Amino acid sequence: MIDRDEVLHVARLARLALEEDELEPMARELSAVLDHIAKIGELDLADVPPTSHVVELTGRLRPDEPWPSFPREVVLAQAPAVSEDGFLVPSPQA
Amino acid sequence: MSATEILALSARAATAAVAAGALSEEELFRAYLARAEDDRAAGGDGLNCFTWVAEQVPSNGGGPLRGLPLAVKDLFCTEGIPSQSGSRILEGYRPPYTASVVSALQRAGASLLAKTNQDEFAMGSSNENSAFGAVRNPWDRERVPGGSSGGSAAAVAAGLTPWALGTDTGGSIRQPAALCGIVGLKPTYGAVSRYGMIAFASSLDQAGPLTRDVADAALLLRHMVGQDECDATSLAFPGEIEPPTAERLDGIRIGLAQELASEGIQAGVVEAVEAALGRAEELGAQLQPVSLPHAPHALAAYYVLAPAEASSNLARYDGVRYGFRAADARDLLEMYTRTRHDGFGAEVKRRIMLGTYALSAGYYEAFYGRAQRVRTKISEDFATAFSSVDFIVTPTSPTVAFRLGERTGDPLSMYMSDYCTVPMSLAGIPAISIPCGLSEGLPVGLQITGPAFSENRLLGVAHALERALEFDSQRARA
Repeated sequence: MIDRDEVLHVARLARLALEEDELEPMARELSAVLDHIAKIGELDLADVPPTSHVVELTGRLRPDEPWPSFPREVVLAQAPAVSEDGFLVPSPQA
Repeated sequence: MSATEILALSARAATAAVAAGALSEEELFRAYLARAEDDRAAGGDGLNCFTWVAEQVPSNGGGPLRGLPLAVKDLFCTEGIPSQSGSRILEGYRPPYTASVVSALQRAGASLLAKTNQDEFAMGSSNENSAFGAVRNPWDRERVPGGSSGGSAAAVAAGLTPWALGTDTGGSIRQPAALCGIVGLKPTYGAVSRYGMIAFASSLDQAGPLTRDVADAALLLRHMVGQDECDATSLAFPGEIEPPTAERLDGIRIGLAQELASEGIQAGVVEAVEAALGRAEELGAQLQPVSLPHAPHALAAYYVLAPAEASSNLARYDGVRYGFRAADARDLLEMYTRTRHDGFGAEVKRRIMLGTYALSAGYYEAFYGRAQRVRTKISEDFATAFSSVDFIVTPTSPTVAFRLGERTGDPLSMYMSDYCTVPMSLAGIPAISIPCGLSEGLPVGLQITGPAFSENRLLGVAHALERALEFDSQRARA
């Protein structure tokens, strides 16, 4: 149902590296789950509205009052690499 | 009081003993610290249910839960204390804030004893998908405790904590509670704030109690519910959670869902559940069949919706702001893809792939759109059923605890563990699992579900049944 090329395409969308020897097992396991999921194709769902959330919510807003954010050093303390006042990452184009 | 006597106390009895001056908060906390140390010292023979344990007795104020030790699942953010949702990708993360529900319990007087092991990002039904290793079931250490709140369930069953917090997305409180012979409750969606819970599937995730008995579940839940301005999907609970007192079930109409009663359910589980239903009848309940025609499709819909939401929620783990980063990447894109390859475990990668596939161009309506429509039909099925019965009862898990390693090679067989619990998750309604007997010497869980915000009545029915069933949980604590 899903082949090696599709696995590579989806992995690219998901920003997930996969090793060569991980492709075939992933294709097989995803296919097995997708075969089961195909069950929902059997139902007649014309005119049935979708449910994205069980709670009825209509854009409930809190008062627009500022409150303090975490200090910069507290947030940066969790980062794998920092430079001066920001997160340090490799260059987008090496 | 001896340590054995202290550890045998229910949470209610312990807090009453503290309030009466018969037991000090420090004695109570130290008894549990020593118990945790014994389990840790047992090494590979221990349960591996804790990922972090307090080093000293916290100083806490008063309040109705004064002095009560509390274990919480790793995925609840706790300020300055490791919180990594069972994943390598959050290695070393110490959040700068505490989850709202944990803060609320601390304000009520509870003291943080431990963080509990879990399946990575709450994805799993056996607690074998954890960066901290598998958790063992205290009833039989060669078997799984269930998941994803497996550490919480095993710790409560073994008496390593008076009670614990878990989270339930498709059964992650109820199924491990069933497999470990304890009580686990998934509240109505929105009843408890999700702020500070490391997200899996946001439209389904809900925190709840895992406890030794129903009255303790009510006491813990009482201090968990409430609207939180930090979670826009949280709702004010109508009234308060009250201590359950019901002893009879006169006039209560209990529905038996045919669709969740037979397919793939072990004979020993069916037998234990039927025996419990017999007791319910003796207590005055009226049993009648109900139909949930779309329930057999719930699992398929769930395995579209939950991975789709997860693939989006887990996009934030990119090695930039917190946790693990793969070393020596040549450029930014490779840093992202290698970090995610090395940081996520196999099951999490499968779900990210599944969710990304279901949401990708050309497949959205066939998968995500249809699954959302199935969700509507499932909610309608429950609404129709609750027009003729007060509650619906099913087995919690189709099987008793399975062996470690038995299902790890076959994701679909693992997913079937959630067959009876997923429909309630999709409908957002509350459900409780209570132990109802043994099969092959292992606990069987009975699931009771009711309409949204019926927690007080649900706890009442569970309490009356628990009294009548007299389930003996002593063996797991030996």
